[in-house]
Amino acid sequence: MANLGRAGTASASTSALRLALPSWLRDASQTQRALSALVVLSLYNAIFTNNFLTLATLRVNLTQVATIVIVGVGMTLVIATGGIDLSVGALMAIAGMVAPKIFMSERGPLDSPWVAVPLAIVVPILVAGAFGVFNGTLVTWFRIQPIIATLVLFLGGRGIAKALSDGKLVEFRNPNFDYIGTGRPLGIPVQVILMAIIVALAAWVMRGTTFGRYVLATGGNEPAARLAGVPVDRVKIAVYAISGLLAGLAGLIVISLNTSADPYRVGEGMELDAIAAAAVGGTVLTGGRATVVGTLIGASIIHQIRYTLISHGVADGTTRIVVAATIILAVLLQWRGD
Amino acid sequence: MTEAQPRRDFLLEMEEIRKIFPGVVALDGARLCVDRGEVHAIVGQNGAGKSTLIKILNGAYRRDGGRVVFDGRPVDFHSPQQAQSAGVSTIYQEINLVPFRSVAENIFMGREPRRFGFIDWRRMNREATEILGRFGVHLDVRQPLMNLNVALQQMVAIARAVSFESRLVIMDEPTSSLDEREVATLFDVIRGLKASGVSVIYISHRLDELHQIGDRITIMRDGKTVDERALSEISKLEIVARMLGKELGEVRREGATGFTKRDVQTTSAPLLEASGLRRGRALQGASVAVRPGEIVGLAGLLGSGRTEVARVVFGADSVEDGTVRFEGQPAAFHSPAGAIRTGIGLCSEDRKAEGIIPYMSVRENLTLAALPTLARNGIVDRNRQREVVDRFIMRLDIKTSSPEQRIRELSGGNQQKVLLARWLCLNPKLLILDEPTRGIDVGAKAEIQGLIDELADQGLGVLMISSEIEEIVEGSDRVTVLRDGRTVAEFDRDQISQDAIITAMAHGEDAAVHPPVGT
Amino acid sequence: MATGTTDIRGERQSERWAFVGSLLQQQGVLIALLIVLAFGLLRYGENFRSSFNIWEMLRNNSYYGLIALGMTFVIMTGGIDLSVGAVVALTSVTAARLSPHGVLVATLGAIALGLGIGLINGGLIARFKIQPFIVTLAMLLACRGGALNLAHNANVSVDFASGFIDLGQKNLGRIPVPVVITVVAYLLASIVLNLTRFGRHTLAIGGNDEASRLAGLPVARTIVSVYALSGALAGLSGAILAALAFTGSPNYGIGWELTAIAAVVVGGTLLTGGRGSVWTTLVGVLLLGLIFNELNFERGKGIFELTQYWEEVIRGAFLLIVVIVQSRLTRRGPAALRT
Repeated sequence: MANLGRAGTASASTSALRLALPSWLRDASQTQRALSALVVLSLYNAIFTNNFLTLATLRVNLTQVATIVIVGVGMTLVIATGGIDLSVGALMAIAGMVAPKIFMSERGPLDSPWVAVPLAIVVPILVAGAFGVFNGTLVTWFRIQPIIATLVLFLGGRGIAKALSDGKLVEFRNPNFDYIGTGRPLGIPVQVILMAIIVALAAWVMRGTTFGRYVLATGGNEPAARLAGVPVDRVKIAVYAISGLLAGLAGLIVISLNTSADPYRVGEGMELDAIAAAAVGGTVLTGGRATVVGTLIGASIIHQIRYTLISHGVADGTTRIVVAATIILAVLLQWRGD
Repeated sequence: MTEAQPRRDFLLEMEEIRKIFPGVVALDGARLCVDRGEVHAIVGQNGAGKSTLIKILNGAYRRDGGRVVFDGRPVDFHSPQQAQSAGVSTIYQEINLVPFRSVAENIFMGREPRRFGFIDWRRMNREATEILGRFGVHLDVRQPLMNLNVALQQMVAIARAVSFESRLVIMDEPTSSLDEREVATLFDVIRGLKASGVSVIYISHRLDELHQIGDRITIMRDGKTVDERALSEISKLEIVARMLGKELGEVRREGATGFTKRDVQTTSAPLLEASGLRRGRALQGASVAVRPGEIVGLAGLLGSGRTEVARVVFGADSVEDGTVRFEGQPAAFHSPAGAIRTGIGLCSEDRKAEGIIPYMSVRENLTLAALPTLARNGIVDRNRQREVVDRFIMRLDIKTSSPEQRIRELSGGNQQKVLLARWLCLNPKLLILDEPTRGIDVGAKAEIQGLIDELADQGLGVLMISSEIEEIVEGSDRVTVLRDGRTVAEFDRDQISQDAIITAMAHGEDAAVHPPVGT
Repeated sequence: MATGTTDIRGERQSERWAFVGSLLQQQGVLIALLIVLAFGLLRYGENFRSSFNIWEMLRNNSYYGLIALGMTFVIMTGGIDLSVGAVVALTSVTAARLSPHGVLVATLGAIALGLGIGLINGGLIARFKIQPFIVTLAMLLACRGGALNLAHNANVSVDFASGFIDLGQKNLGRIPVPVVITVVAYLLASIVLNLTRFGRHTLAIGGNDEASRLAGLPVARTIVSVYALSGALAGLSGAILAALAFTGSPNYGIGWELTAIAAVVVGGTLLTGGRGSVWTTLVGVLLLGLIFNELNFERGKGIFELTQYWEEVIRGAFLLIVVIVQSRLTRRGPAALRT
């Protein structure tokens, strides 16, 4: 009965906000709304933004959106279990600082690019994944709320990245390593291919595997999932680990794209972008309902808003303010969308 | 039942109260009259409408019909605060105080005495000490509330209520977590309140206490008030009978449920044997056994430990003492997953909170527990999954527009069938059903009961918990009765009767030996 | 009636344990501070003791102290404010821009801007019920953006003639002005927390939101107020920082959320809300400040290489340890009582 009573507590101001929307927008699912917003944005850019409809622009945009999507997919899984991962930006920075340490080292076998480059890719990703396991352990074994558990690395993780590089920007030239940020097999940027594979794989995992069902069941009703034999704790540790691994990969893409690793800038603000991409795309922040493709759409919207403003000469600062406002608005709309 | 009450000057009169929630009529024709300075007990089974009635009284809910007169004036409270300032205070089951704050602060929260705009701590502490002292409670009111035991926290909650000059104090299951000595203290306080002219509404499922502390009683069932009497005129046994909606000595109609009389061989070795289970205050030596192909009814009043037994057997809660054997082997499950692998399934009593995954489809919900068997290398075999789902939708006649429909959109009965199917598709050996037909319409109810019968015929052991006496009497091959966390009686097929079970639920150990007459 | 009831005084083992735990938690940080202080005095001698070092350390921790103070109130309600570092950056630029108009205008301008930002944070959280971390994270982004705009993507030098720099550089007697301001702020905050309804309600809401609502406390207004307070103190902190460094910069305050949150939780305020004190936060700020001060000395001795960048890692480790200890404490404490 107590649950029934709660239904009526939505505050009047927010339902008024929702009622202000045209009805077709109100009734559509969040993902559909996001898709129409993306179409509208693209149409606007096609008409009013110079050179928007060129292959080069598309390529640049896709390249830039790829990291948000890759991190966003991990975030989507975490949110689907009813959690949140604030540490992704910091984990990107850590991975970004570890990689140059490996491929710039000339000690022993690392002298050979055939050893160094694969290691410089695998090790940082695994390190970030290990930090993800650490997050998951705090959430499950220690029963610390996800926000607080991941806050530790959100705040302290960047310190680790800075400590690794003495707070200095590391510049490098390593064509082999740079391939993951600048390579273009068949004219398609490598990270766009990675993004596509990750989105497709994650979408399939969510729909077609036991793990995917367990993720949604955990977020949808944890006590019920436990009673149905779902290994809830293992599932949670796994999603934080995946989020960490994907953040690590994104960190490598960013540094290879820039051919430099800046512990202050790599992954800065990424946690917000990733959460926003998931929320805008239709993943419900309270867990249990998630869409990986929606996250792809959400990330594209956020990126394209940024692109539109910048290409129309809006100052960088103003752009950030607009993006922040968009995120709050999206969360507001979604929250009422239930 | 409530005819020709002499017109009295009641403090509170609630008549013809109606409350409708989306899809459920929670109250219809509920009545509650409380005298000045009396302790008035309310009893009823889960879902009888006690809490809803109280929430309407204290403004947490708005009523859809009926009259409420408090102290001679019609009232309609919009919020608990409003009710409180009018003199109606509620002390909730989960004590609604702030653990880290001091005792005095909790008593005066929201209306702290002030001097020159600053909190007057000295006055606040002095007055808090004084109020508690009136109940014979003497403690340092500056310590955080969390330092006190539950009984004293109750006292603080009562002190807070009294400090509002309340005329009517509502206590919702105040003794559920108190030990005997603490209960005695609470009763002293209640008597003190009564002596000072304050009325108390006392909701409890502990029947023994009612006669100790109460003056009159209101019995509720299915959203209605079914009896209202002086406690001196009614025995425990009668109270239980009224709560369950049964007359003692009533000849039971056959076929009130979907169960049919079955002939079972109950000689085979037990499938499940649990004995001497102990866990906190909830379980204090409960035992139950189930044989293959047998339906064992687990009866008992609210709070008797029925659900706790189910959870402990299933590995959802840990057990402090006692043994569980499954198919003759010692089996102490540490997680539901272990119990499931061994061949046990559990349908929880609270479908919404512990059963369905609301935003997942019927297909996903149905196969959630079976996923490991339907998947190869973690990849779900869609064809097998679809085949299983289709088969069970057919077999249990689950009414859904498609297997892809979200389960929250289904009716209660169909949701329950999906949850049953969740276990059946695993081919379990033992199924524990906690209130399998609660909140389900009559048709679906009979269907589910028939299904349980059928499953037992096929050799499944069933442990069925139910508050509905017909279900227990007609459905069970054997009945185990729990009272205060202990197994107090067991009945074989030919001993099962409504009167015997009700008597055991009300009186416990000696019931079978001395069938009580009156009190 | 009085007989027979007086013997129940809540002296059960588990409850006493919780009480001892909370005592240790509250006094532990002070004990740690004294130990660290004694260690410094013994090991680094005269240089460490010199009043210059102490006052400089205090001066350079005053702005942390101010944002940690605001954060204490926010965390006591069970919330979190991740925007404080960015607000410091934005208001440092604001103060630098306003500095030609004198110290009063610049400081009040910075405080007012911080207050306004806090009001927006609190309004979104209390009115629209969005999780605090999302609102304040978005605000972090927006404030950095605002700071970049206002500073035209560069550092903004303050006006040296208007007396604005006195806010950071001047001393009252031997005591630096920022230290005086911080101490006064803590005094006022302590009075507010302990002697006003707002203060008690802040703690009550964090301790049990539902009970507070049922008791008729002004929950929404209190929540808006704590974020406004946090914003205003971050504004003051930004102004002091600009006066100390002679510039306002959009890059100030990166990672200061950590400093503030770490100091608050090291001081024993529960991250889940409901319990805390302003003085232990101050002790937490001093403890962390002193530890890093001593690390500097240690570096000066050249015994080991530990760059300043490890500071953040150490703060993070502190946060981690305290968070784990707190989760244990809260689980054993009230949880045992709620059953």
